[in-house]
Amino acid sequence: MAKTILAVDDSGSLRQMVAFSLKAAGYDVVQAVDGQDGLNKAKEKTVDLVLTDQNMPIMDGLTLIKNLRELGSYQKVPILMLTTESSDEMKAKGKAAGANGWLVKPFDPKRLIEVVQKVIGS
Amino acid sequence: MTIDMSQFYEVFFDEAEELLAEAERLLLGINIANPDNEELNAIFRAAHSIKGGAATFGFMDMTEITHVLENLLDKIRKNEMALTAEHVDAFLAAKDVLKMELDGHRLATEVDQEQVADVKMMLKQLSEAGAVATPVATDSTVSVSATPPPVEFSAVAEIAQNEIPDGTSCFNIVMPDITEKDVENLQEELGLLGLVALSKQSDGHFVITLTTDSSQADIVSICSFIVDPDDLVITLKTDASPVKAPQVAEIKPVVAETVESKADTGTKVLVQEEVGYGLFEEEGKEKQEEGYGFFAPFQPHPDAVKANLIGDDTALTLANSGTTSAQLAASTAKVEATPVSTASQDADRRNAGRRESDKVPASAEASSIRVGVEKVDQLINLVGELVITQAMIEQRISMLDPVHNEALINSVGQLTRNTRDLQESVMSIRMMPMDFVFSRFPRMVRDLAAKLNKKVDFVTVGAATELDKGLIERIVDPLTHLVRNSVDHGIEIPENRRKAGKSDSGTLTLSAAHKGGSIVIEVTDDGAGLNRDKILAKAQSNGLPVSENMTDSEVFSLIFAPGFSTAEVVTDVSGRGVGMDVVKRNITAMGGSVDIRSALGFGTTISISLPLTLAILDGMSVSLGQSVYVIPLNLIVETLQPRAEDIKTVTGEGRMVHVRGEYLPIIALHSLFNHATDITDPTQGVLVLLESDGKKSALFVDRLVGQQQVVIKSLETNFKRIPGVSGATIMGDGSVALILDVAALIQMGQSTNYITGAASFSNQNNQHMQSNA
Repeated sequence: MAKTILAVDDSGSLRQMVAFSLKAAGYDVVQAVDGQDGLNKAKEKTVDLVLTDQNMPIMDGLTLIKNLRELGSYQKVPILMLTTESSDEMKAKGKAAGANGWLVKPFDPKRLIEVVQKVIGS
Repeated sequence: MTIDMSQFYEVFFDEAEELLAEAERLLLGINIANPDNEELNAIFRAAHSIKGGAATFGFMDMTEITHVLENLLDKIRKNEMALTAEHVDAFLAAKDVLKMELDGHRLATEVDQEQVADVKMMLKQLSEAGAVATPVATDSTVSVSATPPPVEFSAVAEIAQNEIPDGTSCFNIVMPDITEKDVENLQEELGLLGLVALSKQSDGHFVITLTTDSSQADIVSICSFIVDPDDLVITLKTDASPVKAPQVAEIKPVVAETVESKADTGTKVLVQEEVGYGLFEEEGKEKQEEGYGFFAPFQPHPDAVKANLIGDDTALTLANSGTTSAQLAASTAKVEATPVSTASQDADRRNAGRRESDKVPASAEASSIRVGVEKVDQLINLVGELVITQAMIEQRISMLDPVHNEALINSVGQLTRNTRDLQESVMSIRMMPMDFVFSRFPRMVRDLAAKLNKKVDFVTVGAATELDKGLIERIVDPLTHLVRNSVDHGIEIPENRRKAGKSDSGTLTLSAAHKGGSIVIEVTDDGAGLNRDKILAKAQSNGLPVSENMTDSEVFSLIFAPGFSTAEVVTDVSGRGVGMDVVKRNITAMGGSVDIRSALGFGTTISISLPLTLAILDGMSVSLGQSVYVIPLNLIVETLQPRAEDIKTVTGEGRMVHVRGEYLPIIALHSLFNHATDITDPTQGVLVLLESDGKKSALFVDRLVGQQQVVIKSLETNFKRIPGVSGATIMGDGSVALILDVAALIQMGQSTNYITGAASFSNQNNQHMQSNA
């Protein structure tokens, strides 16, 4: 069965690009438009990987990660931050919140799939 | 299966446009002295999102501006810098430039590079001004040392090095073989990030030394639209440079390979292939008790991280996203779980098989979907046909015996209801809120008022009112004209307003509301108002037919006459009229009408009434001989069968009908269209009282057939324009009926008497009809 990835980004174009690329690589993708939406969708179905943007309205990526880690079912689900902020500060915050890794925007689809495969396999 | 990045361009353009509009709206409403944090965050996010998208899809010019914009906004929202009116002006200017660049990519319109440079300069200056007041506080672990890489530095570069402030890094960027001009451009662009110095390496390559608080990714982004990032060698000038391989491996255990950077740079730097991402933990390591907690080397040494970028051939930059996505296209279908190699050549080998799921389009938006307008139009057209077919069935069924065919008749009744619901739903797809139009005015009013030294409060009412997309697009120009006129000529300068006992700032209200089957859009100002006497005098001198008995509404309508508006009269008198005839013509062409209400000294309201949609019309069918015509229902005041004593013949005016104290001219349709009919006496037929543009007439037809919605089909696509006919429709029985152009009919009725004469015109008209039949 195909693995499911939750892609959280307020930017529709980037979200679609991410979703399209991942689907093309054989994954199932659930899309969410902000942290809160992401949290709700994550609760509906436990996914195999969460990819989240940081800067979003309503709930940002770090808060989403913290919230997810508080859910029993998301203790061990890998979470990657997709962010334009690649500063060490941001990475430290990401780690503290419970993220497993980061991917700097902009990235191309190939890079994304590479990273995803590395984390959850194909 | 291809992943073509360009398929996401449209989504990005739409999204960026919305974000820009939203940012502008927020900027216009922002309280400069005490800005709302949420608003600042929202504006920042807009810039941030556009930057992210623009970078991903390779629109580097937009990335650049948003990058500078974002930095400045970030400082403001973190209270490192106070928001000033200058900032708001600069942000608005940046918005304009971004829109221009967006249009440049999307519609291939021209981009004024000078304007772009101006805005960049403005933002940069603002950014620097603030930086002096509040030093950038970046937590950084980068230790800057003076150890120079093997590059000959010019004196300038050394000065630059000595001035490296805390929290910044110093990069050496070795240029590939590019022209000096390109180097200069690049130097200028990089100047936006920080201090730049140019030097030349012994092998002739140019080296730009940049001291900045930006990341290497930013540098690559900026460079990549002038040079291929693959050819770029960027080194961080620190103790640790060049980066040693073991250090890298330790930090990022998932990566094993290291390669040597391109030899021609003359700078030996060891780099990794994996760039632009990191995993805080190696996947699969036994750390179960801590779940996915992190262990030791989570924080890569910044030098290593930054150096990672060097020489990466699948770089995170977008200039080459075209190629990489193409490669991906060939590779994504099914990927083996073998250790990942980033070498792009390997990609092609990895696509062993394809999956069914590849065919599934992945465009599921969270809450809305974007579809092309042509698809919606196609849908509307098909539903229109369905409505006609349904009406045909209904008509046939009415001839059947209701007792024997009860079930069938009931089913058709159900079909009728379903069809109507479907039609309504489909029509609503094309509906858009008036906000799409209204939202562009706050900015325009602001700029215009500032230019004219006036104070204007701009108010919108009913922005959620929906209107057909086609009409929305076409109402923009006339409305812009009216709003501009109101600010320019309607609202007085504060001094004059005070004299007139009004508050300093005028109020301009733009409102939209549904009234019956139409939408009424009004532009109201509390300015000087129209001066009836002066308009009359001007009209007289222009040779327009006027009389003292004209109603105010008729007098004000004179300003719509072509050529009425000459600047001096308009400005002195009332200030309306520049191109008002064009406004009127546009609105009439949309099936709407314009009305003016004004009181001298108190202000003016210009009221535009438009049909809700262009595609469907509520019509009254009337018969004339063997033919059926359709009259737009919203223009019918009433219908009546006149008594003989109500019909009067007035010399030179033809026949008139007396209705409740009013004499209205009778326009005989059979005479106008030279149409054979047995009924030539108005008392034997029906008079349909029509009103358009404030003028009334009685249209004489044989009889009323019924009221129904009709789908408008244009005649002009296949035939030429016929005076008095605005289109055609297909009736329930499959026959074609012409839709009457009421405004034109009234005008034709006024200019000639069709009851008694004007044979030449009606013959001419008849020829049109025959040639088109």
